[in-house]
Amino acid sequence: MNWQGVKAIYAFEMERTRRTLMQSIIGPVISTSLYFVVFGAAIGSRIQQVDGISYGAFIVPGLVMLSLLTNSISNASFGIYFPKFTGTIYELLSAPISMFEALLGYVGAAATKSLILGAIILATAGFFVPLQIAHPFLMALFLLLTCISFSLFGFIIGIWANNFEKLQLIPLLIVTPLVFLGGSFYSASMLSPFWQTVTLFNPVLYLISGFRWSFYEISDVSVGVSLAMVLVFLTACLLIVSWIFRTGYHIKK
Amino acid sequence: MQSIVSVRHLSKTYDDGFKALKDINLEIRKGEIIALLGPNGAGKTTLISVICGIVNPSEGEVLVDGNNIITDFRATRSMIGLVPQELTIDSFSTVFAALSFSRGLFGKTPDPAYIESVLKDLSLWDKRNNRIIELSGGMKRRVLIGKALAHQPTVLFLDEPTAGVDVELRKDMWGLVRKLRDSGVTIILTTHYIEEAEEIADRIGIVTKGEILLVEEKDELMRKLGKKQLILDLVEPLTSLPESLLALSLEVSEDGATLTYTYDTQGEHTGITNLMEELRDAGIRFKDMRTTQRSLEDIFVKLVEEA
Ligand SMILES: Nc1ncnc2c1ncn2[C@@H]1O[C@H](COP(=O)(O)OP(=O)(O)O)[C@@H](O)[C@H]1O
Ligand SMILES: [Mg+2]
Repeated sequence: MNWQGVKAIYAFEMERTRRTLMQSIIGPVISTSLYFVVFGAAIGSRIQQVDGISYGAFIVPGLVMLSLLTNSISNASFGIYFPKFTGTIYELLSAPISMFEALLGYVGAAATKSLILGAIILATAGFFVPLQIAHPFLMALFLLLTCISFSLFGFIIGIWANNFEKLQLIPLLIVTPLVFLGGSFYSASMLSPFWQTVTLFNPVLYLISGFRWSFYEISDVSVGVSLAMVLVFLTACLLIVSWIFRTGYHIKK
Repeated sequence: MQSIVSVRHLSKTYDDGFKALKDINLEIRKGEIIALLGPNGAGKTTLISVICGIVNPSEGEVLVDGNNIITDFRATRSMIGLVPQELTIDSFSTVFAALSFSRGLFGKTPDPAYIESVLKDLSLWDKRNNRIIELSGGMKRRVLIGKALAHQPTVLFLDEPTAGVDVELRKDMWGLVRKLRDSGVTIILTTHYIEEAEEIADRIGIVTKGEILLVEEKDELMRKLGKKQLILDLVEPLTSLPESLLALSLEVSEDGATLTYTYDTQGEHTGITNLMEELRDAGIRFKDMRTTQRSLEDIFVKLVEEA
């Protein structure tokens, strides 16, 4: 194992975040605060409690997931796409480092950043609503698995994309809608039976539901199913990545 | 002489079906400077890229110090440093961080003292805390060299190191390359400047259209170049050379109207005085004379045209 190489990539990626601190950390904090002001305070004050929880508190887990998903994907996809775009990937390809080691560096850094971000958003949320976390360990597990899975997913997108449009395409057209329609701001039980069924096909619903359960012990689907779904997604991403490494898809000519 | 890089029957066909390398065979000797000379599009970068692991070979194999570049990629890539043709470098890192990153990527533990010495050799020490975006083109190229050297490679590839570099910097670059060679690093550089190959290479390989036309000691090539020809237009055509002249390197043209004498400008005696005496004794008279010299340029152009 080339651990020095993994460390070099990890440190480089973390340094990139430090350089773009505004975009990486402060941006999401501001947007989260805006959500609380708009949904939590302005609209939430006119909404009854959801499943016995105030609306402001109810949306916290969904908001965290919203930021985690989009940021894990954008961090990891950009991290590997940018060297391809500028040509600096020559160095990675000519180094005695396996694609798996490179992945550890890129995905590790992206997941770390998302974890930090998740903590910051939770802390921010704490300013607006009283937070209670029923199962801190489970919450941390959901957080961790989500960060890793979606950073992997972002890595895949970054490798697949050969232009900036493609890089934006999946997050914009698929991930964002899935997150918004995955119960970030509502409980699936508020929907008509038809839409409740449709929602069950949205993988993000399971994530948010399980994550919310670790806070308030309320959920749309059982927490075990949620956890299983996260693991399925993680496994799927790992399989795709290993396929990419075997075929050298879009990396080497 | 020990081979450090062996390229055997190497071919590369790109995805679009273009055959960029055709059955390349090349032995690079330990400790030499070899220049791969060829026009744009010849396949120089492709060849280097395959050896360094950036492009997959289609056929054939490459060994670096006896290790296969694919199955033993860790061993081969650890030994190799690459300075790419384009100025591809992360603009936002500082110079020092860029070199440290490269060293780490290649699996070496941090060694700030070594990085410092490399930066000093490259006259970049003053700029160590500058971000790369703030540097001039020449400095960026030196940072790329520094990155390639950061993990102490024993084989260094320089892809067109002086393309678009001014005369002053070019000389510095050559000095640096010699210094590296003297420290034991094997150097492979590509260029399309003949003068550059002449100036620093121990051996020259001529590449065109995906093939290596010849690989020869530079001195050998230069000696061939050093050959001059004296052409004599005769008053009366000759059918054959007289007995007394057979020992000289003389050739009669087909129509017998000219005699061509080949001699070595770098030899101690050109033999021209002797030739004149022999011609007079044989009663051969000439009405005019001229000399020609083949240059590397001529050889190069001729070879490339023939290919
Ligand atoms: N990725 C690629 N796909 C298809 N053709 C390529 C690719 N890269 C290079 N080529 C072609 O291969 C040939 C050799 O290119 P290159 O190795 O860069 O030559 P050189 O370095 O000698 O100028 C050129 O004709 C170039 O157009
Ligand atoms: Mg080239």
